[in-house]
Amino acid sequence: MIEVLQPGPAAYVEDLGRPGLASLGVGRSGAADRGALVRVNRLLGNPDEAAAVEVTLGGLQVRFRGDHVVALTGARVPATLAGVPVAGDTVLRARPGDVLVLGVATAGLRTYLGVRGGLVVSPVLGSRSWDVLAELGPAPLRAGDVLTVGRPSGPGPVAERSRPPAATGPGASVRVEVDVEPGVREEWFGAGAWETLVGGSYRVTPDSNRVALRLDGATLARAGGGELPSEGLVRGAVQVPPSGKPVVFLADHPVTGGYPVVGVVTSAGVDRLAQLRPGDALRFRAARAGRREAG
Amino acid sequence: MGAALTARPFGRAAVMVDVAGDDPLPTVVALTRALRERADPEVADLVPAARTVLVLLHELPDGAAPPGAQTRLVEVVRSLAPHLAAVAPSDAGGPIVEIPVVYDGPDLDDVARLTGLTTAEVAARHAARLYTAAFVGFAPGFAYLVGLDPALHVPRLADPRPHVDAGAVAVAGEFTAVYPAPSPGGWRLIGRSPVRMFDVARTPPGLVEPGARVRFVPESAS
Repeated sequence: MIEVLQPGPAAYVEDLGRPGLASLGVGRSGAADRGALVRVNRLLGNPDEAAAVEVTLGGLQVRFRGDHVVALTGARVPATLAGVPVAGDTVLRARPGDVLVLGVATAGLRTYLGVRGGLVVSPVLGSRSWDVLAELGPAPLRAGDVLTVGRPSGPGPVAERSRPPAATGPGASVRVEVDVEPGVREEWFGAGAWETLVGGSYRVTPDSNRVALRLDGATLARAGGGELPSEGLVRGAVQVPPSGKPVVFLADHPVTGGYPVVGVVTSAGVDRLAQLRPGDALRFRAARAGRREAG
Repeated sequence: MGAALTARPFGRAAVMVDVAGDDPLPTVVALTRALRERADPEVADLVPAARTVLVLLHELPDGAAPPGAQTRLVEVVRSLAPHLAAVAPSDAGGPIVEIPVVYDGPDLDDVARLTGLTTAEVAARHAARLYTAAFVGFAPGFAYLVGLDPALHVPRLADPRPHVDAGAVAVAGEFTAVYPAPSPGGWRLIGRSPVRMFDVARTPPGLVEPGARVRFVPESAS
């Protein structure tokens, strides 16, 4: 078991979410940086979808009550285990009474603390993910919470060390570029809106969260007025409200939305966006046309 | 009679289907039903809305659908189009859910003014109809109910409220709904209900599922 001493600014239990419930108005949710969750689970020999702690900007402190095998992926954060500095993307052994202390993240926003066996909390609608928009799932962690750890599903592999793939690792103050594909609402945008999106530079605003990144930068012209009837949204959709400032939807996006979508960021791109902090700069890059049909 | 559908890949793991015409909802309902019955293995979820059906596909670990899956689904939708018999949402024949309402919402006077009715007439007309849940969206348990008296069709608020209480009974355009949880909202509020529209402890969690029919039962303020 793992006792939460301090959750830091925000810490949630997340897995790969609850797909298939859109007809109830329930979105998938799950880890904001899916690649980092899968990586921590593979380091530990867990199934990809095992639940871990998603730590926002570091600051988490936990005490282990048993022998556990744990690892950290995602945002880089100075960390000590039983007082000894430890690295991310590395398998760590914790003994009963050991305290893990995370400092403030130095690059990226979200760090994943995984444990071999996965976290066992009661699933809500089939998932152990907290959805900040629907306020659904295991509640955000608080000091004093005690998390149960599952039994490993067999001897299983435990990787000694793995390097995060550069393409999906948290960006270290370099300008982030993500791939975006055109949406299907061309008629709602003025001429040049797409070119503005892929040519402009943007900055993450402070009112961003697990639902969406709200961006400052080149505004996208919409054609005419009118109300778009609400329609289904996907993770990575770049929506353009009347202000013209794009909003990129992340894990906890609403099931439907009423503003036109100019493009869709790839899944790997969304993982990178989930690691951006307010003030970070980014650019969109037109994805290679590979599998997209013409016309 | 075929339906005018346009299906296009949307991102790398979805297909957006647009339904043309002045009355798209019956085709939305028919297409959603047809896709559910087919149960294509590529399809993970369907998001029907006012004039679209978003088809979400199962994803590979890289977050994209398997190669060819989007093209196959586009073909499936094209092949279905000529055979879709539009289904009026009210023909779905679902169970009838009764929802008690106190008609004292903050926008009741405005709705009366916009429609040229008295507030009592607005309430009476709203409670007189049998509604059908065309689809659920926006938030868990937010069912878009159709069947609203055309006299009660009013535009959304120009400035959405930052906060609407759970249980608020609202109208906008051709739809009426009950807000399941506190949220921002741009619909006009005509009443309130004590019902819990969504409760994860319940099976199913949604009080009103797509296809269900709804009757509002007026109650006096207590």
